Amino acid sequence: MSLLSLRGVRKAYGANVVLDDFDLDVDEGSCVVLIGASGSGKSTLLRCVNLLETVDDGVISLNGVDITDPRADADKIRSGIGVVFQSYNLFPHLSVLDNVTLAPIRVHRVRRDVARARALEVLDRVGLADKASAKPDELSGGQQQRAAIARALVNSPALMLLDEITSALDPELVGEVLDLLRDLRSDGITMLICTHEMAFAREVADQVCFLHHGRPLEIGPPDQLFGNPREPRTREFLSRIRQREG
Amino acid sequence: MSSSGVSDWRPSALQQERIAYRRRRAQRSTLIAAVSSIVVLVVVAVGIGSTPGWPRVRDTFFDVHRGWQALPTVAQGLWLNIRVMLVCAVLIVIIGMALAIMRTLRGPIFFPLRVFAAAYTDVFRGLPLLLVIFLLGFGVPALQLRGLPNQAVIWGGAALVLTYSSYVAEVFRAGIESVHPSQRAAARSLGLSYRQTLRFVVLPQAVRRVLPPLLNDFVSLQKDSGLIAVLGVIDAIRAAQLETAIDFNFTPYVVAGLLFVALTIPLTRLTDYVARRQGWYGGGGGPV
Ligand SMILES: Nc1ncnc2c1ncn2[C@@H]1O[C@H](COP(=O)(O)OP(=O)(O)OP(=O)(O)O)[C@@H](O)[C@H]1O
Ligand SMILES: [Mg+2]
Repeated sequence: MSLLSLRGVRKAYGANVVLDDFDLDVDEGSCVVLIGASGSGKSTLLRCVNLLETVDDGVISLNGVDITDPRADADKIRSGIGVVFQSYNLFPHLSVLDNVTLAPIRVHRVRRDVARARALEVLDRVGLADKASAKPDELSGGQQQRAAIARALVNSPALMLLDEITSALDPELVGEVLDLLRDLRSDGITMLICTHEMAFAREVADQVCFLHHGRPLEIGPPDQLFGNPREPRTREFLSRIRQREG
Repeated sequence: MSSSGVSDWRPSALQQERIAYRRRRAQRSTLIAAVSSIVVLVVVAVGIGSTPGWPRVRDTFFDVHRGWQALPTVAQGLWLNIRVMLVCAVLIVIIGMALAIMRTLRGPIFFPLRVFAAAYTDVFRGLPLLLVIFLLGFGVPALQLRGLPNQAVIWGGAALVLTYSSYVAEVFRAGIESVHPSQRAAARSLGLSYRQTLRFVVLPQAVRRVLPPLLNDFVSLQKDSGLIAVLGVIDAIRAAQLETAIDFNFTPYVVAGLLFVALTIPLTRLTDYVARRQGWYGGGGGPV
Protein backbone atom coordinates (compact mmCIF):
# COMPACT_ATOMS: atom_id res chain seq x y z
CA MET A 1 0.00 0.00 0.00
CA SER A 2 1.21 3.50 -0.68
CA LEU A 3 2.16 5.64 2.31
CA LEU A 4 1.00 8.85 0.68
CA SER A 5 -1.68 9.14 -1.94
CA LEU A 6 -3.26 12.12 -3.67
CA ARG A 7 -6.59 11.80 -5.44
CA GLY A 8 -8.11 14.59 -7.52
CA VAL A 9 -6.24 17.31 -5.63
CA ARG A 10 -6.94 20.85 -6.79
CA LYS A 11 -5.30 24.06 -5.62
CA ALA A 12 -5.80 27.48 -7.16
CA TYR A 13 -4.61 30.95 -6.24
CA GLY A 14 -7.39 33.14 -7.60
CA ALA A 15 -7.67 32.35 -11.30
CA ASN A 16 -4.29 30.64 -11.33
CA VAL A 17 -5.01 26.89 -11.11
CA VAL A 18 -1.73 25.45 -9.83
CA LEU A 19 -2.78 21.84 -9.18
CA ASP A 20 -5.63 20.37 -11.19
CA ASP A 21 -7.17 16.95 -10.55
CA PHE A 22 -3.80 15.71 -9.33
CA ASP A 23 -3.23 11.98 -8.59
CA LEU A 24 -0.01 10.62 -7.13
CA ASP A 25 1.10 7.62 -5.08
CA VAL A 26 4.24 7.41 -2.98
CA ASP A 27 5.02 3.90 -1.79
CA GLU A 28 6.42 3.28 1.65
CA GLY A 29 10.22 3.45 1.62
CA SER A 30 10.41 4.85 -1.89
CA CYS A 31 11.69 8.13 -3.21
CA VAL A 32 9.55 10.10 -5.66
CA VAL A 33 11.06 13.10 -7.42
CA LEU A 34 8.94 15.90 -8.86
CA ILE A 35 10.33 17.76 -11.87
CA GLY A 36 8.81 20.47 -14.01
CA ALA A 37 9.19 24.06 -15.14
CA SER A 38 9.54 26.83 -12.59
CA GLY A 39 6.06 27.73 -11.37
CA SER A 40 4.59 24.36 -12.32
CA GLY A 41 3.42 23.81 -8.74
CA LYS A 42 6.05 21.52 -7.19
CA SER A 43 6.45 23.55 -4.01
CA THR A 44 2.70 24.07 -3.80
CA LEU A 45 2.18 20.32 -3.88
CA LEU A 46 4.58 19.82 -0.96
CA ARG A 47 2.94 22.62 1.01
CA CYS A 48 -0.46 20.99 0.49
CA VAL A 49 0.84 17.64 1.73
CA ASN A 50 2.24 19.37 4.80
CA LEU A 51 -1.08 21.18 5.37
CA LEU A 52 0.54 24.58 5.11
CA GLU A 53 -1.97 25.17 2.30
CA THR A 54 -5.57 23.98 2.28
CA VAL A 55 -6.53 22.10 -0.87
CA ASP A 56 -9.55 23.34 -2.84
CA ASP A 57 -10.70 19.81 -3.63
CA GLY A 58 -9.60 16.19 -3.54
CA VAL A 59 -8.12 13.95 -0.88
CA ILE A 60 -4.58 13.53 0.43
CA SER A 61 -4.15 10.51 2.63
CA LEU A 62 -1.18 9.51 4.73
CA ASN A 63 -1.11 5.92 5.97
CA GLY A 64 -4.69 5.55 4.83
CA VAL A 65 -5.87 8.52 6.92
CA ASP A 66 -7.46 11.46 5.14
CA ILE A 67 -5.33 14.42 6.27
CA THR A 68 -7.29 16.96 4.22
CA ASP A 69 -10.28 16.39 6.51
CA PRO A 70 -10.77 19.71 8.32
CA ARG A 71 -11.41 17.76 11.54
CA ALA A 72 -7.91 16.21 11.43
CA ASP A 73 -5.34 17.37 14.00
CA ALA A 74 -3.04 19.32 11.70
CA ASP A 75 -0.27 19.86 14.27
CA LYS A 76 -0.08 16.15 14.98
CA ILE A 77 0.03 15.26 11.28
CA ARG A 78 2.73 17.86 10.60
CA SER A 79 4.88 16.58 13.42
CA GLY A 80 5.07 13.22 11.64
CA ILE A 81 6.27 14.77 8.39
CA GLY A 82 9.78 16.17 8.00
CA VAL A 83 10.15 19.19 5.75
CA VAL A 84 13.19 20.92 4.32
CA PHE A 85 12.32 24.02 2.37
CA GLN A 86 13.70 25.64 -0.74
CA SER A 87 15.35 28.28 1.45
CA TYR A 88 16.75 26.97 4.70
CA ASN A 89 14.41 28.58 7.23
CA LEU A 90 16.50 27.76 10.25
CA PHE A 91 15.51 29.89 13.24
CA PRO A 92 18.17 32.62 13.32
CA HIS A 93 17.89 33.32 17.06
CA LEU A 94 18.61 29.72 18.05
CA SER A 95 21.83 27.74 17.84
CA VAL A 96 21.98 24.74 15.51
CA LEU A 97 21.44 22.41 18.46
CA ASP A 98 18.45 24.39 19.72
CA ASN A 99 16.98 24.43 16.21
CA VAL A 100 17.16 20.65 16.16
CA THR A 101 15.84 20.09 19.71
CA LEU A 102 12.97 22.62 19.56
CA ALA A 103 10.33 20.24 18.20
CA PRO A 104 11.39 17.17 20.25
CA ILE A 105 11.26 19.17 23.48
CA ARG A 106 8.16 21.27 22.81
CA VAL A 107 6.05 19.05 20.58
CA HIS A 108 7.08 15.51 21.46
CA ARG A 109 7.81 16.31 25.13
CA VAL A 110 11.16 14.53 25.10
CA ARG A 111 13.36 15.25 28.13
CA ARG A 112 15.94 17.94 27.43
CA ASP A 113 19.03 15.80 27.95
CA VAL A 114 17.59 12.96 25.88
CA ALA A 115 16.67 15.37 23.11
CA ARG A 116 20.17 16.84 23.14
CA ALA A 117 21.85 13.47 22.93
CA ARG A 118 19.62 12.42 20.06
CA ALA A 119 20.16 15.77 18.28
CA LEU A 120 23.93 15.40 18.55
CA GLU A 121 23.65 11.94 17.04
CA VAL A 122 21.70 13.28 14.08
CA LEU A 123 24.02 16.28 13.68
CA ASP A 124 26.96 13.89 13.69
CA ARG A 125 25.28 11.92 10.96
CA VAL A 126 24.94 14.97 8.73
CA GLY A 127 28.53 15.97 9.59
CA LEU A 128 27.74 18.98 11.76
CA ALA A 129 28.55 17.78 15.27
CA ASP A 130 31.22 20.46 15.65
CA LYS A 131 28.78 23.23 14.67
CA ALA A 132 26.15 22.39 17.29
CA SER A 133 26.58 25.64 19.18
CA ALA A 134 26.93 27.88 16.12
CA LYS A 135 24.16 30.25 15.05
CA PRO A 136 22.71 29.65 11.56
CA ASP A 137 24.28 32.83 10.12
CA GLU A 138 27.71 31.48 11.02
CA LEU A 139 27.24 28.47 8.73
CA SER A 140 27.86 28.08 5.01
CA GLY A 141 24.92 27.41 2.70
CA GLY A 142 25.56 23.66 2.58
CA GLN A 143 25.97 23.49 6.35
CA GLN A 144 22.68 25.34 6.84
CA GLN A 145 20.98 22.92 4.48
CA ARG A 146 22.34 19.93 6.37
CA ALA A 147 21.28 21.50 9.68
CA ALA A 148 17.75 21.88 8.27
CA ILE A 149 17.79 18.22 7.24
CA ALA A 150 18.92 17.25 10.74
CA ARG A 151 16.09 19.31 12.23
CA ALA A 152 13.58 17.42 10.09
CA LEU A 153 15.21 14.03 10.71
CA VAL A 154 15.35 14.22 14.48
CA ASN A 155 11.61 13.59 14.77
CA SER A 156 11.99 10.26 12.91
CA PRO A 157 9.33 11.24 10.38
CA ALA A 158 7.57 8.62 8.27
CA LEU A 159 7.70 10.98 5.32
CA MET A 160 10.24 13.61 4.31
CA LEU A 161 9.39 16.47 1.95
CA LEU A 162 12.45 18.08 0.43
CA ASP A 163 12.14 21.20 -1.71
CA GLU A 164 15.18 21.98 -3.91
CA ILE A 165 17.56 21.22 -1.12
CA THR A 166 20.61 21.13 -3.38
CA SER A 167 19.99 24.26 -5.44
CA ALA A 168 22.34 26.42 -3.37
CA LEU A 169 25.14 23.87 -3.05
CA ASP A 170 28.37 23.31 -4.94
CA PRO A 171 28.81 19.92 -6.69
CA GLU A 172 30.84 18.43 -3.87
CA LEU A 173 28.20 19.31 -1.30
CA VAL A 174 25.47 18.03 -3.61
CA GLY A 175 27.31 14.70 -3.52
CA GLU A 176 27.33 14.83 0.28
CA VAL A 177 23.62 15.50 0.51
CA LEU A 178 22.98 12.81 -2.08
CA ASP A 179 24.87 10.27 0.03
CA LEU A 180 22.83 11.37 3.00
CA LEU A 181 19.55 10.85 1.12
CA ARG A 182 20.63 7.42 -0.09
CA ASP A 183 21.38 6.57 3.51
CA LEU A 184 17.97 7.76 4.61
CA ARG A 185 16.27 5.73 1.95
CA SER A 186 18.02 2.58 3.05
CA ASP A 187 16.59 3.34 6.51
CA GLY A 188 13.15 3.09 4.94
CA ILE A 189 12.29 6.78 5.12
CA THR A 190 9.83 7.72 2.40
CA MET A 191 10.75 10.83 0.46
CA LEU A 192 9.01 13.26 -1.85
CA ILE A 193 11.51 15.63 -3.47
CA CYS A 194 11.33 18.62 -5.85
CA THR A 195 14.35 19.48 -7.91
CA HIS A 196 15.62 21.16 -11.05
CA GLU A 197 18.74 19.01 -11.14
CA MET A 198 18.10 16.08 -13.43
CA ALA A 199 21.33 14.28 -12.54
CA PHE A 200 20.30 14.39 -8.91
CA ALA A 201 16.79 13.18 -9.74
CA ARG A 202 18.19 10.32 -11.77
CA GLU A 203 20.51 9.30 -8.94
CA VAL A 204 18.07 9.26 -6.10
CA ALA A 205 14.60 8.59 -7.52
CA ASP A 206 12.58 5.39 -7.65
CA GLN A 207 9.89 7.22 -9.55
CA VAL A 208 10.07 10.54 -11.37
CA CYS A 209 6.96 12.63 -11.90
CA PHE A 210 6.85 15.38 -14.53
CA LEU A 211 4.42 18.21 -13.69
CA HIS A 212 2.84 20.15 -16.49
CA HIS A 213 -0.07 22.58 -16.31
CA GLY A 214 -1.00 21.41 -12.84
CA ARG A 215 -1.10 17.69 -13.67
CA PRO A 216 1.31 14.78 -13.32
CA LEU A 217 1.81 14.42 -17.06
CA GLU A 218 4.18 11.48 -16.89
CA ILE A 219 5.31 9.20 -14.08
CA GLY A 220 7.92 6.48 -14.39
CA PRO A 221 11.25 5.09 -13.23
CA PRO A 222 14.13 7.49 -13.93
CA ASP A 223 15.73 5.37 -16.68
CA GLN A 224 12.52 5.28 -18.64
CA LEU A 225 11.47 8.88 -18.05
CA PHE A 226 14.85 10.40 -18.82
CA GLY A 227 15.94 7.83 -21.42
CA ASN A 228 12.76 7.28 -23.30
CA PRO A 229 9.98 9.70 -22.32
CA ARG A 230 6.54 8.83 -23.62
CA GLU A 231 5.06 12.31 -23.71
CA PRO A 232 6.25 14.88 -26.26
CA ARG A 233 5.96 17.60 -23.56
CA THR A 234 8.35 15.69 -21.30
CA ARG A 235 10.79 15.30 -24.17
CA GLU A 236 10.58 19.01 -24.90
CA PHE A 237 11.19 19.95 -21.26
CA LEU A 238 14.15 17.59 -20.93
CA SER A 239 15.78 18.72 -24.14
CA ARG A 240 15.38 22.35 -23.11
CA ILE A 241 17.13 21.57 -19.84
CA ARG A 242 19.90 19.63 -21.57
CA GLN A 243 20.49 22.53 -23.94
CA ARG A 244 20.80 24.89 -20.99
CA GLU A 245 23.18 22.59 -19.18
CA GLY A 246 25.17 22.38 -22.47
CA MET B 1 38.23 25.51 17.14
CA SER B 2 41.85 24.37 16.62
CA SER B 3 44.19 27.32 17.12
CA SER B 4 47.37 25.73 15.81
CA GLY B 5 46.90 27.17 12.33
CA VAL B 6 46.34 30.66 13.73
CA SER B 7 49.10 30.89 16.33
CA ASP B 8 52.04 31.01 13.92
CA TRP B 9 50.53 33.79 11.85
CA ARG B 10 52.47 37.06 11.84
CA PRO B 11 51.18 40.11 9.96
CA SER B 12 53.09 40.58 6.71
CA ALA B 13 55.07 43.75 6.06
CA LEU B 14 52.17 45.00 3.99
CA GLN B 15 49.69 44.38 6.80
CA GLN B 16 52.00 46.03 9.37
CA GLU B 17 52.20 49.08 7.15
CA ARG B 18 48.38 49.14 6.97
CA ILE B 19 48.08 48.88 10.76
CA ALA B 20 50.56 51.71 11.22
CA TYR B 21 48.65 53.83 8.71
CA ARG B 22 45.34 53.23 10.49
CA ARG B 23 46.90 54.15 13.83
CA ARG B 24 48.37 57.39 12.40
CA ARG B 25 45.01 58.28 10.90
CA ALA B 26 43.20 57.65 14.19
CA GLN B 27 45.67 59.83 16.09
CA ARG B 28 45.24 62.61 13.55
CA SER B 29 41.42 62.43 13.85
CA THR B 30 41.61 62.67 17.62
CA LEU B 31 43.91 65.69 17.42
CA ILE B 32 41.64 67.49 14.95
CA ALA B 33 38.56 66.74 17.08
CA ALA B 34 40.27 68.08 20.22
CA VAL B 35 41.50 71.28 18.59
CA SER B 36 38.18 72.06 16.95
CA SER B 37 36.28 71.42 20.19
CA ILE B 38 38.52 73.80 22.13
CA VAL B 39 38.16 76.52 19.48
CA VAL B 40 34.36 76.23 19.51
CA LEU B 41 34.19 76.29 23.34
CA VAL B 42 36.39 79.40 23.56
CA VAL B 43 34.36 81.23 20.91
CA VAL B 44 31.06 80.38 22.62
CA ALA B 45 32.30 81.29 26.10
CA VAL B 46 33.77 84.61 24.97
CA GLY B 47 30.69 85.37 22.87
CA ILE B 48 28.18 84.74 25.64
CA GLY B 49 30.28 86.22 28.42
CA SER B 50 30.64 89.52 26.59
CA THR B 51 26.90 90.08 26.02
CA PRO B 52 25.43 92.80 28.26
CA GLY B 53 22.63 90.61 29.70
CA TRP B 54 24.89 87.72 30.74
CA PRO B 55 25.38 88.65 34.44
CA ARG B 56 21.58 88.74 34.98
CA VAL B 57 21.09 85.47 33.14
CA ARG B 58 23.85 83.88 35.19
CA ASP B 59 22.38 85.04 38.50
CA THR B 60 18.85 83.88 37.61
CA PHE B 61 19.58 80.50 36.01
CA PHE B 62 23.07 79.44 37.02
CA ASP B 63 23.43 80.51 40.64
CA VAL B 64 25.73 77.80 41.97
CA HIS B 65 24.98 78.46 45.62
CA ARG B 66 21.19 78.43 45.06
CA GLY B 67 21.45 75.29 42.96
CA TRP B 68 23.41 73.48 45.62
CA GLN B 69 20.82 74.50 48.19
CA ALA B 70 17.92 73.16 46.07
CA LEU B 71 19.65 69.92 45.10
CA PRO B 72 18.51 67.67 48.03
CA THR B 73 14.80 68.51 47.60
CA VAL B 74 14.89 68.19 43.83
CA ALA B 75 16.84 64.93 44.03
CA GLN B 76 14.29 63.57 46.48
CA GLY B 77 11.59 64.47 43.96
CA LEU B 78 13.54 62.71 41.24
CA TRP B 79 13.56 59.52 43.31
CA LEU B 80 9.76 59.55 42.99
CA ASN B 81 10.08 59.97 39.20
CA ILE B 82 12.42 56.99 39.09
CA ARG B 83 10.04 54.79 41.07
CA VAL B 84 7.05 55.83 38.96
CA MET B 85 9.09 55.18 35.82
CA LEU B 86 10.18 51.69 36.87
CA VAL B 87 6.75 50.50 37.94
CA CYS B 88 5.13 51.97 34.82
CA ALA B 89 7.76 50.45 32.52
CA VAL B 90 7.01 46.93 33.78
CA LEU B 91 3.24 47.40 33.36
CA ILE B 92 3.71 49.01 29.93
CA VAL B 93 5.74 46.09 28.61
CA ILE B 94 3.18 43.56 29.84
CA ILE B 95 0.13 45.44 28.56
CA GLY B 96 1.81 46.48 25.32
CA MET B 97 2.82 42.89 24.56
CA ALA B 98 -0.68 41.62 25.37
CA LEU B 99 -2.26 44.21 23.06
CA ALA B 100 0.17 43.38 20.25
CA ILE B 101 -0.55 39.66 20.52
CA MET B 102 -4.31 40.35 20.61
CA ARG B 103 -4.06 42.25 17.35
CA THR B 104 -2.23 39.44 15.57
CA LEU B 105 -4.63 36.67 16.62
CA ARG B 106 -6.45 35.00 13.75
CA GLY B 107 -9.88 33.44 13.75
CA PRO B 108 -13.43 34.63 14.34
CA ILE B 109 -13.45 33.93 18.11
CA PHE B 110 -10.86 36.61 18.64
CA PHE B 111 -12.70 39.28 16.66
CA PRO B 112 -13.77 41.23 19.76
CA LEU B 113 -10.23 41.11 21.18
CA ARG B 114 -8.77 42.38 17.91
CA VAL B 115 -11.27 45.24 17.77
CA PHE B 116 -10.64 46.12 21.41
CA ALA B 117 -6.87 46.22 20.92
CA ALA B 118 -7.17 48.28 17.75
CA ALA B 119 -9.56 50.78 19.37
CA TYR B 120 -7.37 51.04 22.46
CA THR B 121 -4.22 51.86 20.51
CA ASP B 122 -6.07 54.30 18.25
CA VAL B 123 -7.53 56.20 21.19
CA PHE B 124 -4.51 56.39 23.45
CA ARG B 125 -2.05 57.18 20.71
CA GLY B 126 -4.26 60.06 19.66
CA LEU B 127 -5.00 61.56 23.08
CA PRO B 128 -2.44 64.06 24.39
CA LEU B 129 -0.74 62.60 27.46
CA LEU B 130 -1.41 65.75 29.48
CA LEU B 131 -5.14 65.41 28.77
CA VAL B 132 -5.17 61.80 30.01
CA ILE B 133 -3.30 62.89 33.15
CA PHE B 134 -5.86 65.62 33.83
CA LEU B 135 -8.78 63.29 33.17
CA LEU B 136 -7.55 60.55 35.46
CA GLY B 137 -5.67 62.61 38.02
CA PHE B 138 -8.39 65.19 38.70
CA GLY B 139 -11.43 63.44 37.26
CA VAL B 140 -11.42 60.04 38.93
CA PRO B 141 -10.66 61.14 42.52
CA ALA B 142 -13.44 63.72 42.15
CA LEU B 143 -15.91 60.85 41.69
CA GLN B 144 -15.05 59.72 45.23
CA LEU B 145 -15.78 56.13 44.34
CA ARG B 146 -15.26 53.68 47.16
CA GLY B 147 -12.50 51.16 46.77
CA LEU B 148 -10.54 53.23 44.29
CA PRO B 149 -7.29 54.83 45.39
CA ASN B 150 -7.31 58.60 45.37
CA GLN B 151 -3.61 59.36 45.40
CA ALA B 152 -2.64 61.58 42.51
CA VAL B 153 0.57 59.66 41.90
CA ILE B 154 -1.32 56.44 41.18
CA TRP B 155 -3.61 58.08 38.66
CA GLY B 156 -0.74 59.95 37.06
CA GLY B 157 1.07 56.63 36.70
CA ALA B 158 -2.06 55.03 35.26
CA ALA B 159 -2.23 57.77 32.62
CA LEU B 160 1.41 57.09 31.67
CA VAL B 161 0.71 53.36 31.42
CA LEU B 162 -2.40 53.83 29.27
CA THR B 163 -0.70 56.14 26.81
CA TYR B 164 2.67 54.43 26.58
CA SER B 165 1.31 50.90 26.36
CA SER B 166 -0.46 51.92 23.14
CA TYR B 167 2.87 53.08 21.67
CA VAL B 168 4.72 50.02 22.86
CA ALA B 169 1.95 47.75 21.51
CA GLU B 170 2.49 49.20 18.06
CA VAL B 171 6.25 48.73 18.35
CA PHE B 172 5.77 45.07 19.32
CA ARG B 173 3.23 44.54 16.55
CA ALA B 174 5.62 45.93 13.96
CA GLY B 175 8.24 43.50 15.28
CA ILE B 176 5.89 40.53 15.13
CA GLU B 177 4.87 41.35 11.58
CA SER B 178 8.49 41.80 10.50
CA VAL B 179 9.27 38.13 11.16
CA HIS B 180 9.17 36.45 7.77
CA PRO B 181 6.16 34.15 7.14
CA SER B 182 8.53 31.34 6.17
CA GLN B 183 9.68 31.26 9.81
CA ARG B 184 6.12 30.53 10.89
CA ALA B 185 5.79 27.94 8.13
CA ALA B 186 8.99 26.23 9.25
CA ALA B 187 7.81 26.15 12.85
CA ARG B 188 4.33 24.89 11.98
CA SER B 189 5.79 22.20 9.72
CA LEU B 190 7.75 20.89 12.72
CA GLY B 191 4.42 20.38 14.46
CA LEU B 192 4.57 23.43 16.74
CA SER B 193 1.13 24.83 17.51
CA TYR B 194 0.15 28.45 16.84
CA ARG B 195 0.96 29.41 20.43
CA GLN B 196 4.26 27.53 20.50
CA THR B 197 5.25 29.14 17.22
CA LEU B 198 4.49 32.57 18.62
CA ARG B 199 6.31 31.92 21.86
CA PHE B 200 9.45 30.11 20.71
CA VAL B 201 9.97 31.38 17.17
CA VAL B 202 8.17 34.65 16.43
CA LEU B 203 8.33 36.65 19.68
CA PRO B 204 12.04 36.09 20.43
CA GLN B 205 12.94 37.40 16.99
CA ALA B 206 10.40 40.23 17.15
CA VAL B 207 11.58 41.49 20.54
CA ARG B 208 15.22 41.45 19.48
CA ARG B 209 14.37 43.45 16.42
CA VAL B 210 12.37 46.17 18.19
CA LEU B 211 14.69 46.61 21.17
CA PRO B 212 16.14 49.95 19.95
CA PRO B 213 12.78 51.68 19.31
CA LEU B 214 11.48 50.17 22.55
CA LEU B 215 14.35 51.59 24.61
CA ASN B 216 13.76 54.88 22.84
CA ASP B 217 10.20 54.91 24.15
CA PHE B 218 11.53 54.35 27.67
CA VAL B 219 13.90 57.30 27.38
CA SER B 220 10.82 59.31 26.51
CA LEU B 221 8.88 57.80 29.44
CA GLN B 222 11.64 58.84 31.85
CA LYS B 223 11.13 62.50 31.13
CA ASP B 224 7.36 62.33 30.66
CA SER B 225 7.14 60.95 34.19
CA GLY B 226 7.74 64.60 35.12
CA LEU B 227 4.32 65.53 33.73
CA ILE B 228 2.58 64.10 36.78
CA ALA B 229 3.86 67.25 38.54
CA VAL B 230 0.72 68.98 37.26
CA LEU B 231 -1.29 66.86 39.70
CA GLY B 232 0.62 68.39 42.61
CA VAL B 233 2.70 65.27 43.19
CA ILE B 234 6.05 66.33 44.62
CA ASP B 235 8.35 64.99 41.94
CA ALA B 236 11.56 66.64 40.74
CA ILE B 237 9.76 69.27 38.66
CA ARG B 238 7.21 70.18 41.32
CA ALA B 239 9.97 70.33 43.93
CA ALA B 240 11.94 72.68 41.70
CA GLN B 241 8.84 74.79 41.19
CA LEU B 242 8.31 75.13 44.94
CA GLU B 243 11.97 76.08 45.40
CA THR B 244 11.71 78.66 42.64
CA ALA B 245 8.65 80.22 44.21
CA ILE B 246 10.72 81.19 47.28
CA ASP B 247 12.87 83.83 45.57
CA PHE B 248 12.09 83.73 41.83
CA ASN B 249 15.49 82.32 41.07
CA PHE B 250 15.17 79.71 38.31
CA THR B 251 18.29 77.74 39.12
CA PRO B 252 16.30 74.87 40.72
CA TYR B 253 14.63 74.24 37.34
CA VAL B 254 18.06 74.01 35.75
CA VAL B 255 19.10 71.57 38.48
CA ALA B 256 16.03 69.41 37.80
CA GLY B 257 16.74 69.57 34.07
CA LEU B 258 20.34 68.46 34.58
CA LEU B 259 19.21 65.58 36.77
CA PHE B 260 16.71 64.40 34.12
CA VAL B 261 19.36 64.57 31.42
CA ALA B 262 21.81 62.67 33.64
CA LEU B 263 19.10 60.07 34.20
CA THR B 264 18.34 59.54 30.53
CA ILE B 265 21.91 59.51 29.22
CA PRO B 266 22.74 55.95 30.30
CA LEU B 267 19.56 54.64 28.65
CA THR B 268 20.20 56.63 25.47
CA ARG B 269 23.73 55.24 25.27
CA LEU B 270 22.40 51.73 25.84
CA THR B 271 19.91 52.27 23.01
CA ASP B 272 22.68 53.44 20.68
CA TYR B 273 24.81 50.47 21.65
CA VAL B 274 22.04 47.94 21.07
CA ALA B 275 21.11 49.54 17.77
CA ARG B 276 24.72 49.60 16.59
CA ARG B 277 25.27 46.00 17.54
CA GLN B 278 22.30 45.06 15.40
CA GLY B 279 23.80 47.00 12.53
CA TRP B 280 21.14 49.69 12.46
CA TYR B 281 23.71 52.33 11.68
CA GLY B 282 25.56 51.21 8.56
CA GLY B 283 29.17 52.34 8.43
CA GLY B 284 30.43 55.80 9.23
CA GLY B 285 29.87 57.76 12.40
CA GLY B 286 32.79 59.18 14.35
CA PRO B 287 34.24 57.88 17.60
CA VAL B 288 32.08 59.38 20.35
N1 LIG C 1 0.97 32.11 -1.76
C1 LIG C 1 0.72 32.21 -3.10
N2 LIG C 1 -0.20 33.09 -3.54
C2 LIG C 1 -0.47 33.20 -4.86
N3 LIG C 1 0.13 32.47 -5.81
C3 LIG C 1 1.05 31.57 -5.43
C4 LIG C 1 1.39 31.40 -4.05
N4 LIG C 1 2.34 30.43 -3.98
C5 LIG C 1 2.58 30.04 -5.23
N5 LIG C 1 1.81 30.71 -6.11
C6 LIG C 1 1.77 30.49 -7.57
O1 LIG C 1 1.63 29.12 -7.79
C7 LIG C 1 2.40 28.70 -8.91
C8 LIG C 1 3.27 27.52 -8.52
O2 LIG C 1 4.21 27.93 -7.57
P1 LIG C 1 5.25 26.91 -6.93
O3 LIG C 1 6.03 27.64 -5.91
O4 LIG C 1 4.51 25.71 -6.50
O5 LIG C 1 6.15 26.55 -8.19
P2 LIG C 1 7.41 25.58 -8.26
O6 LIG C 1 7.07 24.50 -9.22
O7 LIG C 1 7.85 25.18 -6.90
O8 LIG C 1 8.48 26.54 -8.93
P3 LIG C 1 10.07 26.61 -8.66
O9 LIG C 1 10.64 25.49 -9.42
O10 LIG C 1 10.44 27.92 -9.24
O11 LIG C 1 10.29 26.53 -7.20
C9 LIG C 1 3.17 29.93 -9.38
O12 LIG C 1 2.51 30.44 -10.50
C10 LIG C 1 3.06 30.89 -8.23
O13 LIG C 1 3.02 32.20 -8.71
MG1 LIG D 1 9.47 25.66 -5.71
